Amino acid sequence: MQQDTPATSIVSLRDVQKSFGSLKVLDGVSFAVERGEVLAIIGRSGSGKSTALRCIDRFERVDHGEIVVCGHRVDSPDVDLRALRQDVGIVFQSYNLFPHLTIEQNITLAPCSVKRMALSQAKELARKVLAQVGLEEKLHAYPEQLSGGQQQRAAIARSLAMQPKVMLFDEVTSALDPELTAEVQRVIERLAAEGMTMVMVTHEMGFAKSIADRIVFMHRGKVHETGPASILTSPTTPELAQFVGTGDLKS
Amino acid sequence: MGIELDFPAVLERWPNFLGGAILTLELAFFATVLGAFLGTLAAVGRRSHSLLIARTCKVYVEAIRNTPLLVQIFLVYFGLASIGLKLSAFTVAVAALTINVGAYTAEIMRAGFDAIPRGQLEAAEGLALSRLQIYWHIILLPAVERVYPALTSQFVLLMLASSVCSQISAEELTAVANYIQSDTYRAFETYIIIAVLYIFLSLVMRAGFWGLGFVLFPRRRRLGTPL
Repeated sequence: MQQDTPATSIVSLRDVQKSFGSLKVLDGVSFAVERGEVLAIIGRSGSGKSTALRCIDRFERVDHGEIVVCGHRVDSPDVDLRALRQDVGIVFQSYNLFPHLTIEQNITLAPCSVKRMALSQAKELARKVLAQVGLEEKLHAYPEQLSGGQQQRAAIARSLAMQPKVMLFDEVTSALDPELTAEVQRVIERLAAEGMTMVMVTHEMGFAKSIADRIVFMHRGKVHETGPASILTSPTTPELAQFVGTGDLKS
Repeated sequence: MGIELDFPAVLERWPNFLGGAILTLELAFFATVLGAFLGTLAAVGRRSHSLLIARTCKVYVEAIRNTPLLVQIFLVYFGLASIGLKLSAFTVAVAALTINVGAYTAEIMRAGFDAIPRGQLEAAEGLALSRLQIYWHIILLPAVERVYPALTSQFVLLMLASSVCSQISAEELTAVANYIQSDTYRAFETYIIIAVLYIFLSLVMRAGFWGLGFVLFPRRRRLGTPL
């Protein structure tokens, strides 16, 4: 049934279509992500890249097409959402830490209530994932006591604590200044080095170029161009050339 | 024409005042606990996908918020009597006050629920929390922390408003004052005394809520900032 996506795919989208009212946001999007791969989705605002990412975790329902994520048929109405979301971690632009809980409680909440992990074990896990993002000393702080970059790293740690098979990053540095962006990027780079499968929507061309194994350039709801990171330096379509030209001031 | 005040004549009825004050506090306590529960249920109900449940909760809240408390008390009092239920004045008073404060609690809780950003829910869903877990951890607990000052004011208001329960001869503070002033003909002194007692009860309640908040909301305790 899925000849064109190898069985090792963690995420695969085939001919995915999605409209908001009369606006077609996704117009036949297909791509696949293999185990250990880092895929960056780039494109203009409104190109459908965030919607495509959110479809993977079923935050948007698709109108047509097939999405398989870690063996879950996400496009099916009977998909077990909670099982899907145990396999998929998602990090948002606005961090969305729970403000009334300490960082430790933010991290232990899901393992304790979803996986029924013992609190002592979950606390140990919290320490471990916070070390992964370099925030061990913030265990007992509340989100509002952290900088934006620290909050985002804590949100990444919170996702990691559920030991997902794939991580989704939805413009996670868009709300941060360059310095804080860099610290969040270093965390993501380390995850990539550890072999985490990741799909990220990003505006940071330099970062996409340095970390992504593959780039998906979306334009008007379609995958307009896809390939290794080198397509950013030698685009084959005028749209990508124009996007890279205006989008990356550093190069 | 000077005012002549004779407090000792009234204060010898001190045990009656004290009994009334304690009963007022008891009324307020039970109505607060039950009303907080009922109001939270109604606030949850108003967000229900079932139109019937949502509408029922809305009608309840609006009916109570737009009728006088005294009328509600009479409705419960005579309503229960007419279907043959003979309950003590205290029970009827608690029931009526619960129904009343439940409606206001529902409105306050609704505001608290509405203040939860959409992203919080997405983050919780993304972590595979169940609907019930999300309701409890991500919606209800932060909502209570956020609206706690408004809620506690409402409960203090309820305690003060319980004075109208004197109309169905519940032996609370105002009812006691009514008896004493008709016995002693010292109305002004009597009501001055219960006014002071009501102030004292308000302070007791506020202190209690402050202590409860101190225990319930460690974040506020540590940071001192509103959520």
